[in-house]
Amino acid sequence: MTGYFHLWLIPLAPFAGFLINGILGRRLPKWIVTTVALLTPLAAFSVVLVATAGFFGLGAGNVPAVGPMPFIETCPLAWIDIGALHVDFSFVLDQLSLVMLLVVTGVGFLIHIYSVGYISDEEGYARYFSFLNLFLFFMTVLVLAGNALVMFVGWEGVGLASYLLIGFYFKKTSAADAGKKAFIVNRIGDFGFLIGMFLLLANFGTLTFSAIGQKLIANPGWQGGVLTVIALCLLLGATGKSAQLPLYIWLPDAMEGPTPVSALIHAATMVTAGVYMIARTHVLFDHSPFALSVVATVGAATALFAATIGVVQHDIKRVLAYSTISQLGYMFLGCGVAAYSAAIFHLVTHAFFKALLFLAAGSVIHAMGGEQDLRKLGGLWKKLPLTFAVTTIGVLAIAGIFPFAGFFSKDAILYAAYTQGANGRVLWFVGLVTALLTSFYMFRLWYKTFLGESRSPEVHPHKSPWSMLVPMVILALLSICGGWIGLGENLGRFGAFLAPAVGARATTASGDAHLELYLSIAAVAVALLGWLVADRFYRQRPGRAAQMAAANPGSYELVLNKYYVDEFYGATVVRPLLGISKYLLGWFVDTALLGGGAWLLGGTATFAGALLQRWQSGNLRSYAAWLAAGTAAVLLFVVVPWATVWPASLNLIWKMAGH
Amino acid sequence: MNLLSQEVPISWYLLLSAVLFSLGVVGFLIKRNLITVFMSIELMLNAVNLSFVTFAHQWHAVKGQIFVFFVMMVAAAEAAVGLAIIIAVFRARATLAVDRIDLMKL
Repeated sequence: MTGYFHLWLIPLAPFAGFLINGILGRRLPKWIVTTVALLTPLAAFSVVLVATAGFFGLGAGNVPAVGPMPFIETCPLAWIDIGALHVDFSFVLDQLSLVMLLVVTGVGFLIHIYSVGYISDEEGYARYFSFLNLFLFFMTVLVLAGNALVMFVGWEGVGLASYLLIGFYFKKTSAADAGKKAFIVNRIGDFGFLIGMFLLLANFGTLTFSAIGQKLIANPGWQGGVLTVIALCLLLGATGKSAQLPLYIWLPDAMEGPTPVSALIHAATMVTAGVYMIARTHVLFDHSPFALSVVATVGAATALFAATIGVVQHDIKRVLAYSTISQLGYMFLGCGVAAYSAAIFHLVTHAFFKALLFLAAGSVIHAMGGEQDLRKLGGLWKKLPLTFAVTTIGVLAIAGIFPFAGFFSKDAILYAAYTQGANGRVLWFVGLVTALLTSFYMFRLWYKTFLGESRSPEVHPHKSPWSMLVPMVILALLSICGGWIGLGENLGRFGAFLAPAVGARATTASGDAHLELYLSIAAVAVALLGWLVADRFYRQRPGRAAQMAAANPGSYELVLNKYYVDEFYGATVVRPLLGISKYLLGWFVDTALLGGGAWLLGGTATFAGALLQRWQSGNLRSYAAWLAAGTAAVLLFVVVPWATVWPASLNLIWKMAGH
Repeated sequence: MNLLSQEVPISWYLLLSAVLFSLGVVGFLIKRNLITVFMSIELMLNAVNLSFVTFAHQWHAVKGQIFVFFVMMVAAAEAAVGLAIIIAVFRARATLAVDRIDLMKL
C-alpha cells in the first residue's frame, strides 16, 4: 500500500476530533462541534473503505492497490528497546482487522449520527462527542494492534472511554457507581491479560502476534503446558472486557450511560474486543485443547445464564444488556469450538442487530421522555411506526429467523458446536435452549413495548428526528442482508475471506449438507417456538406470565434478582475488601502505623525545638557568653595537651569536687 | 629598634594584649550599657592589633602591620555604623540597656 494511504490515519482522525471537541468544545458553537464529531469518524470510515476497495481490487485509478495481507505498518522509532526486549508500535491490517474496522468505524459513524439527535438537548454535548471520538480512537488502535502491548493500550483506552461514558450523567450517583464498577471489574480481567503478556514475553521473547504464530508453526508438537496457562490468562482478560462469567456483572449496570453509548460500546464494539482478542491469538488456543474447552464452556454457560435473567427483567435496556451478554456467550462458544470465522461472523451480525435494537430502544425512551420500564410501555406501534418496523427486524434477526442476519451466524456457531464431538452435542443443546430463550425474551420485549394497550396513556410520544431514524434504517437493512455474506459451505465467501487470518476449521463431520439443514430447521423451529410462547403469554393471555410467576415465587425471585450474583460478590469480595481497607489498612496501617510514626517524628522535632528555643533568648549577652564559652572550649582542646584525655580529666574534676 | 626587644621581652607585650582582650571580653559580657559594650569590642580589636604589631616586629614581617591598618579601617567603619545603630535604637526604644533590646528573638 503506497501513496497517500496510511493505517495511522484511521485512529488519528477520531483522536483529532477528541482533541478539538475536548479542548475547545465548550466555546465552539454547536454546529461546529457536530461537524467535527461527525467528520472525524467519517474520515476514519473512508480510509477503511479505501483499504477494503484496494483489497478487493475495486479501486481503479486513484485508489492504491493493497499489497498482500497482512499489511504491516510500524512506527520507525522503536517503542521499547531494552536489551532483549523489543516492542514496536505497529499496526497490522489483515482480513480479521479489516472486518473489525469496517464494523467499528461503520457502526460507530452511524451511532455518531444518531447521537446528534439523541443527545441534542442535553448538557455536555461537546463532552459527549469528544468521549465518543476518544472511544473510536482507542478501539481502532485495539483492532489494528500488531502486538499484544499495542492492543493493551487500546484495551485500556476503550475501558477508559467506557468508564467516562457510563458516568456521563455523573450527577446521578447510580451512573457514577456503574462507571466505577465497570472500571474495577475490568481491572480484574486486565490482570489476566497482563500476566498473559508477561508469560508470552518469557516464553516467546516477543509480543508480536505474527512472530508468536510463526514460532508455534515451527514447533507443531508444542501443546498445552504453559500455552494453556497463557491462553487461560488471556481468557480471563477477555471475560472481563466481553462480560462473560464470572466477570459479566458490570455490563447490566453500564446501561446507566446514554443509550447510543450502550449501542456502540456495550453492544456492538467494545464488548466484542474479547472475542476479537481470542481470534487474534487463536494460534495459542489451537495448541491448547483444554483452554479451548474452557472457552466453550464459559461461552455456553454465559449464554444460557444471561438468557434466563433476560427473560424476567423489566427494564428495556437491561433486557438488551443480558441479551448482549448471552450473544457474546455464543461468540465465545464459537471460539471455543475453534470456529473463529463463525464467531467473528456472529460478532458482525450482532453488531448490526444489537446496535439497531439499542437505537430503537433509545428512540422509544427518547419518545417517552425517559421511560424505560416495560411495564409502563405498550401500544407504541401506532405512534412510532418506523421504530416499530426496525425493532421488528432487529427482533427477527436476533431470534434467528430465516433469512435475517442472526439466523446465519447463530446457525454457523451451532453447527460448528454440533460437529465438535461428544462434548459438542452438549454445547449445541445449550446453544439451542439459549436460542429458545432469546427468541422468547425478545418477542416479550416486542409485545410489551409496541403491542397491546398503552400502559401510560397520559404520555404523548414525540417523534424522533431524522438523524435518529436514518441510522436505524441503515442498520435495519444490514440486519436483513448482513447474513447473506456467509451463505454457503463453511460460511461461504466470508469464511474463505477470513481463513488466512484465523485459519480454516477442520471439522470432524464437514461437508454434511443434510446435517446442516436439519440443524438449521431445528434452530428456526426453536426460534418460532419462542415466539409462539411469547405470543401466548403476552398477547393472547396477558395475565398468564404473572400467574406463573406468582405460582413459583421462589424461582421467580431468584431469576428476577439475577441469581443474587451481585449480592454474592458483594458479600464474598467487596465486603471483605472494604473491611480490610477500613479496619486493617485504614485504622491500623494508616492511623496507627503511619499516623503514629508521623506523630512520633513530629513530636520529637517539636520537643527538641522547644528545648533549643530557650537558647535563642534574644539576649545579646547570652549569645556572647556562649560564643566566648565555645571559643574557650576550642582553645582548651587545641592549646592544652591534657585536654585530649578529656574523660579522664572530667573524672578528675568530678573527684576533686568531692564526689 | 633593638633597644625595644632588649629592654622589654616580647611576652610582656603579648601578656598586655591578652589582658586587654580579656578585659574586652569581660566588659562585653557583663556591661549593660550598649555604648560600653561597643567600647569593649573596640578594646578587643586593639588588643589584637597589639599582638599583630608585636609579632610583626618579632618576625620582621610587614604583613602584620598591614593587617593592623586593615583592622583599624574596619573598626572605623564599624564605629560609624555601630554608633548610627545605637542612636537609632535609642530613638526607637529610649533605652540602651542590652537586656531590653531582645527583639531578635523569634
